[in-house]
Amino acid sequence: MTTPRLQLAHVTKRFASLVANDDVALTVEPGEIHAVLGENGAGKSTLMKVIYGALRPDAGEVYWNGTRVEVRSPHEARTLGIAMVFQHFSLFETLTVAENVWLGLSRQVSLQTVREGIEAKARDYGLTLEPERPVHTLSVGERQRVEIVRALLTDPQLLILDEPTSVLTPQAVEKLFATLRQLAKTGCSILYISHKLDEILALCQRCTVLRAGKVVGTCHPKEETTASLSRLMIGAEPPRLQHRERRPGEQVLQVVDLSLPKIDRFGVALENVALEVHQGEIVGIAGVSGNGQQELLAALSGEDPRCREEAVLLFGRSVGRLDAARRRQLGLHFVPEERLGRGAVPGLSLAQNLLLTRTEALRALGWIDRSALRRQAEAIIGRFTVKATGAGAPAKSLSGGNLQKYIVGREIDAVPKVLILAQPTWGVDVGAAAQIRGELLALRDAGCAVLMVSEELDELFEVTDRLYVMAKGRLSPSVATAAASVELIGEWMSGLWPKSPEIPLLEKTGATP
Amino acid sequence: MIRLEARPSPSRLAGILSPVIALVITVGVAAVLFLVLGKDPMRGLSVFLVTPWNGVRALTELGLKATPLILCSLGLALCFRSNVWNIGAEGQFLIGGIFGGGLALLVTVHPVALDRWGFFPLLVLAGALGGALWAAVVALLRDRFNANEILVSLMMVYVADLLLSWLVFGPWRDPKGFNFPQTMSFAAATGVPRLVPGMRLNLGFPLALLVAVATWLFLFRTYRGMQLQVGGPAPRAARYAGFSSRAALWISLLVSGGLAGIAGALEVAGPMGQLTPYVSNGYGFTAIIVAFVGRLHPLGCVLSSVLLAMFVIGGELAQSRIGLPAALTGVFQGVLLFSLLACDTFIQFRLRWRARA
Repeated sequence: MTTPRLQLAHVTKRFASLVANDDVALTVEPGEIHAVLGENGAGKSTLMKVIYGALRPDAGEVYWNGTRVEVRSPHEARTLGIAMVFQHFSLFETLTVAENVWLGLSRQVSLQTVREGIEAKARDYGLTLEPERPVHTLSVGERQRVEIVRALLTDPQLLILDEPTSVLTPQAVEKLFATLRQLAKTGCSILYISHKLDEILALCQRCTVLRAGKVVGTCHPKEETTASLSRLMIGAEPPRLQHRERRPGEQVLQVVDLSLPKIDRFGVALENVALEVHQGEIVGIAGVSGNGQQELLAALSGEDPRCREEAVLLFGRSVGRLDAARRRQLGLHFVPEERLGRGAVPGLSLAQNLLLTRTEALRALGWIDRSALRRQAEAIIGRFTVKATGAGAPAKSLSGGNLQKYIVGREIDAVPKVLILAQPTWGVDVGAAAQIRGELLALRDAGCAVLMVSEELDELFEVTDRLYVMAKGRLSPSVATAAASVELIGEWMSGLWPKSPEIPLLEKTGATP
Repeated sequence: MIRLEARPSPSRLAGILSPVIALVITVGVAAVLFLVLGKDPMRGLSVFLVTPWNGVRALTELGLKATPLILCSLGLALCFRSNVWNIGAEGQFLIGGIFGGGLALLVTVHPVALDRWGFFPLLVLAGALGGALWAAVVALLRDRFNANEILVSLMMVYVADLLLSWLVFGPWRDPKGFNFPQTMSFAAATGVPRLVPGMRLNLGFPLALLVAVATWLFLFRTYRGMQLQVGGPAPRAARYAGFSSRAALWISLLVSGGLAGIAGALEVAGPMGQLTPYVSNGYGFTAIIVAFVGRLHPLGCVLSSVLLAMFVIGGELAQSRIGLPAALTGVFQGVLLFSLLACDTFIQFRLRWRARA
């Protein structure tokens, strides 16, 4: 039997009262693609940070190629041969690909060597990458490739990838998987962190499942099903959604020929976007992030009131220049993508954060009825099972997923007439995600018009009635979800949709060159 | 090499104690300074820290000096919490003084049937109007032309100062004043009602305390107060909620200008009784330190106003009793602010020594 590439035994990491990793064991063989599966908050990220030297464990041993090691810093991890690609890229937008890679390497190497190295690695693994392109011109998928090539240039023996597909089109995911399989063949081990079950089934040879910081099982994904994996992960199967026949009513939200110049150098300009949402339907917008979704949503919510008055119609009324509060008074509620700093004020309590969008607890002269506010917050915390110390807990003390539950809950609880959501279940655990989707369907059945932007195609196919696709600041025509396929939407995500003659069909786009 | 590293969870207790630690450091520095200047440090410290509290007269004087500081610092705390960097309370104070003094002068020349209690509300109103007008210039320039309010509000201090000089050297000069740059003494009916017989402490002090309570209620119990405070720490959340940044700009500047103006009017009609070119004593600038030492909290502002008033009085006493330079007050105020900022830095960050970057 070969020596394992990496072996963890009894690794424990505590944060104050919370045990993030509890007696964790993990073995990764050479050349193995090993999945670490778990809900948000299960301790996956903490464990990876321990391996990568960004965190020191409180107890336990780490063996590297059979030798006990103590990884004290990411620098030491890289020296050992451990590389990591983070979910959030650390690239300088104004520098070129080669310069970005060069910055992360030791200083003895010349830029020319780096350039050649990038080209060689890109050729070996079939990654298209031009070393001289400035990073701000790259799509998100290409940026991820920069990170991967940067990791590969250190010739790692173990590559850690943290939720790498959340930013990719289905086609780009396939390309990434091909690269990873090829890499594994050369003997490099891969630790693949994800909560997407189908990806793990498709890619990984073994899978370690974490729940609440503990290892609840190690399995061979080939012998499992999504249902059995999700049982392992959350201890129960998520409830199936009751998807009833939709009965769309009147059109309530309409976007007419909306064009907006980019707000800064790295923004996306919107071009001739047209969109409509009716009462009693859920409309989805698919697309790789960074293709104008943020800009469109800001124009719809009122945070960006630059557009023409009559470009956005709410109940037939031109609202293009109204601010967010005025549109909310008309019944339009919005859940933004960023929770801290936009959806919630970090330093304010959960109760006070209600006041951003809710005014029920206000009395004459703007007096805040604090007990009413607290009761309101507690009701939302209870209904959406938000894990918090109470209504007085500051927003920043919550985990991302819990804060998301609270913010989504705050807007759903307002019984809006129109609800717009960006990534409604992003970072939320499987059980809560199912609950949020269920609440959205209930809202729809009650006559609310729902518009959601999501990167998760599964989610869009599960809850929406109609789909649009966004690419390069343009919006596709809509297609009934029942008539759409993942392949079709994936193709449209590259900007190739029919019936829009101004788009050349063979245009090379950033997302899938 | 020294590096600052963010602490994962800054201590809340340390945040509250930080002004106290800063005060202890300042007292330490003061003791050393007295030694270097060849004075007995115990005597020096007692002049600064004990004498201002000693006896009814001393206490009333402390309240009198604290009044303008409380009023100015409350307005500044509101501004700073709204992310509006008004550092021109001094100018707003002076204009409030000119408006209040002008009204008092008018009543002195054309007597009306009003006693002190009847004149007081008019005086407060005049001061508030003057200060708010001066601050409105800053708000307007920021709102219309996106002019930097820090620079504009500071520059307006010098304009206000020169305007005051022009008035007392020119049109408002007392014709029987032997050419001194000052107005005639105001009529007795324009004085601020006093609280303790024989002492200068006046109705301004309870008014300032009342304003502190009102500010506290406004900031922490009303929707508008909450809206103002979102724009600073979370501008995108403010836009998401639809809270107007223009409203925050105007409200905070008008209120803080008005409060500084009231302080100016009370100072002129109260202890001074006439207008001179030297109305202020630097209250508007000292109030910036007061606001930060008071953690931008109304109660904190009241406490730190008393503290800084103590330094002001202590400085005057040190000059007359042990022959120390008057500039010492400014030195101590500066040391206090620096110590506070240093304490706050170490609460948020910790020092790391490293061999190499």
